[in-house]
This record gives sequence, structure tokens and C-alpha cells, in this order.
Amino acid sequence: MISRRKFLATGLLATAGAAGLGVAVKIAGHYGLIPPDAGVLYGAGETLTYAAHRLLTRHILVHEFARSQISKDPFANEVDPLGAEFQRSQQGGFADWRLAVDGMVPMPVSFSLAQLKSFPRSSQITMIACEEGWSYIAEWSGPPLAYVLNLAGALPQARYAVYRSFQTGWWDSIDMADALHPQTLLAVGMNGRDLPVPFGGPLRLRVSRQLGYKNVKYITRLTLTDDLKRFGKGLGSASPEGGYAWYAGI
Amino acid sequence: MRVTHWLITLSFLALLVTGVEILISHPRFYWGETGNVNTPTLFKIPIPSSRDTVPTGYGYVLPDQNGWSRYLHFEAAWVAVLTGLLYAAFGFLQGHFRRNLLPAQSDLSPKRLASDIARHLRFRRPGEEEAWSYNVLQRLTYLLVIFVLFPLVIWTGLAMSPAIASVFPAAVTVLGGRQSARTLHFFVSVFLVLFLLVHVFMVYLAGFRKRVGAMITGRLTRPGERA
Repeated sequence: MISRRKFLATGLLATAGAAGLGVAVKIAGHYGLIPPDAGVLYGAGETLTYAAHRLLTRHILVHEFARSQISKDPFANEVDPLGAEFQRSQQGGFADWRLAVDGMVPMPVSFSLAQLKSFPRSSQITMIACEEGWSYIAEWSGPPLAYVLNLAGALPQARYAVYRSFQTGWWDSIDMADALHPQTLLAVGMNGRDLPVPFGGPLRLRVSRQLGYKNVKYITRLTLTDDLKRFGKGLGSASPEGGYAWYAGI
Repeated sequence: MRVTHWLITLSFLALLVTGVEILISHPRFYWGETGNVNTPTLFKIPIPSSRDTVPTGYGYVLPDQNGWSRYLHFEAAWVAVLTGLLYAAFGFLQGHFRRNLLPAQSDLSPKRLASDIARHLRFRRPGEEEAWSYNVLQRLTYLLVIFVLFPLVIWTGLAMSPAIASVFPAAVTVLGGRQSARTLHFFVSVFLVLFLLVHVFMVYLAGFRKRVGAMITGRLTRPGERA
């Protein structure tokens, strides 16, 4: 038998716990510790992971490897057929490739591939790992995303950068901790050459602290926003719509 | 304390099923920092894969289960780690480890150990009197699982996270690299599964219904007492 006192005490504790959890969620939301896919079936674990990682890693740089550690046999993974329009652009050396930047900027701008290549480049020898388990190390180069966002005049209210691929259906987003991170690049080069098409050339977003699938290939558009609810099903990217986590730092 | 056992059981089973699903997407293992289908393997698991990019020798590809498997793997890992920490804290505070798991010095002599191992190899059903305390092999096994295998499986798992690796790069390097961490994660998991199988078998030998009842309620009827 549960005594009346025990019943009341349990009830009070449960209420306090629920209220405490509510407050914790409110505070976590204020500090940007709740991922956009927090409402999915396994959102609780996802939120704990993202919040813990953000508290630990906000300004941390990923490990850079020695030149001798660059993989001789990198694997590009499969890419769906890119179509005739892409091939035409490729034949023209991607001279017509443009990256549009819109959303929370004073006015939408766009940069040609030649412009992006002329910007100050950063390069890094880092590992890219697929959620499946395989990995390789390469030297990536290109202007830091932060440089381009700065040039476009990103508003301080922006909380996420949404990026879209030339391949329809591929879009993703990262928070500003990753978008402004010095190792997040608009990669145009790999291992001293132009970024090969199978690896995402001419333009790939290199998000060094997350797994391969956040490093979307063939980037054409960047949108800054303070609310991911307005994109797709509101889960932050195409990944959660296909059952995969939005945050891929693990 | 008992509720932590069942929470860990539940999360371990979730980790196991999802871990196998994730493994199926790339049933190849490597040593060092990197490895992919273009590089030689340390070894392969001869099973079909859920990715058509992996050469397995099978003519078919299994359905992709990695999305929910990864979500649930990390959620279950949180439950296991938080519960494990709670268990460890109680275990130290209440003297559970010292009293019930730390073997007596006299039990660790080679002769005693040998006789204990021999007794186990005969699969003899334990007597009623043994229900009240762990024997030396149980103590050593539990200590190994709690203080070596579980910490190792968490460490090697976290070492695969690019974000965590950026905070503690040495935690990956000392293992030999990220692919080595993945390979070790696999082997430690295999040992944990072996422990689980033997553990369940031992409970069965000791009287499944009675012991599992005791594991849930905390009550064990003494010989002669009415059940």
C-alpha cells in the first residue's frame, strides 16, 4: 500500500521535476541548445547530445593531420546522376556556377565560382568520416564560410545557415557556431587541385566537426535565418525527413 | 540499485540491435586513422551490407536502417551512461563494490581460483547457500565488466565522434586512430555480449524464475521458507 504521505510526496516531486524540466528546456532553448529535430521520436537523446556537444565544442578546432597522413585512396561515395545542366556547366569549367546568399542579409547577393576562388583561402588537412563508419583524410581549401557571410553582411540575428545543393532534395543547415567556425569552408580545392566532381566539386560545404552527410556537395544557395521552421518540414534539413539526425557531430 | 540493472539491460539491448544495424552499413574493419572501400581491411564480417557501395559478394543489399539506429544508439547510450554513473555513485557510497564485488585476498590464490574454475566448468547447479554472496569468479567478472569493459566501450564510442575527437584528440590518438577506435568498439561489444550470454546462462543454472524474481523484487526465499 502506498501511504497518503508517500503519494503526496511523489506527486510533489513529480510536479517539481516536470517544472524543473520545463525551465531547463526554456533555458536550453535560449542558449541555442535545442536542435530543430528535438520533437522527433528519439529527440530527447538528440537534444542531450547536441546540447552537450555545444557546451563542450563551441570554439574547439578539429585535429589537423600531417601532410603524410593524407589518404592515397579517398572514397567519394555514390552520387546520383547530376543531369545535363550540370554537365554543360562542367564543360564550361563551371564559369556560370554561382552561390546565392540570401535571407538575413541586407540584400541578396551572389558570387561566381571565380570570385569564391579569388577570396583569401584557408586550407586544412582533416578527416571526413561517413556515418556508415568509413573515412579518409584530405587537404581541403577554400574561403572560410565566415568570410563570405561577413562579406554578404550577415545580420547578427541570424541563428542558422541553410544550404542547398544543385541536386534537388539535398539541403541542410548548421548553427552559427559551425557556420562561423574557422574550419568551416566553402571548399573549392582538394589535395592541391580543383575539387573533383565526385567529391562535391565545384563547391562543397566542408563542416569539419560533423560527419560526411552534413558536408553537402554542389552548393548553390545559402540562406541565413533565425527560424528553421520555415524550411521543409521544419526539422532543420532533409536528413531528419529521411530519418537521420540533423546534428551529426557524433 | 536494482532498477539501474534493468535500465542498463534495456539500453544495452537497444545499443546492441542498433549497433548491429549500423555495422551492417559497413561490415569492414580497419586499423589506424582512416579506412574505406578503396583501402585494405583488417578483417571483414561475411554478411550482406545495407549499402551497395560495399563489396560483400552477396547479390543483394539490405534495407538502410541507420537513421533510427543512430538516433536510438545515442539515446540508449545516454540512458546507459547516466544510469551507470548513478549505479557507480551508489556502489561506492553504499560500499557495494567493496563488500560484494572486491574478492577476498584469500580467494585470489592460484589454488582457490583453479578449484573455482574447475567447479564452474562442471556446470554444477549452485547450492542454496551460494545465492547470498558472489563467488570469486563472479566478483572478478563483474568488476571487469563494470570498471573495464563499460568504460572502454564508452571511450571507443566517443572517440568516433568528430566533435568529441576535436575536444580530446589524444583520446583517439592513443587508441591508434579513429578506425582503430571503431574496431576496438566492436571487440569490446563482442565481449559484453559474451558476458550477457554467460550471465543469463548462469542465472538459468541457478534457477531462472527464482533468481530473476529476486533480481526484480530484491527478495529471495531462504531454504525452508515458504515461497
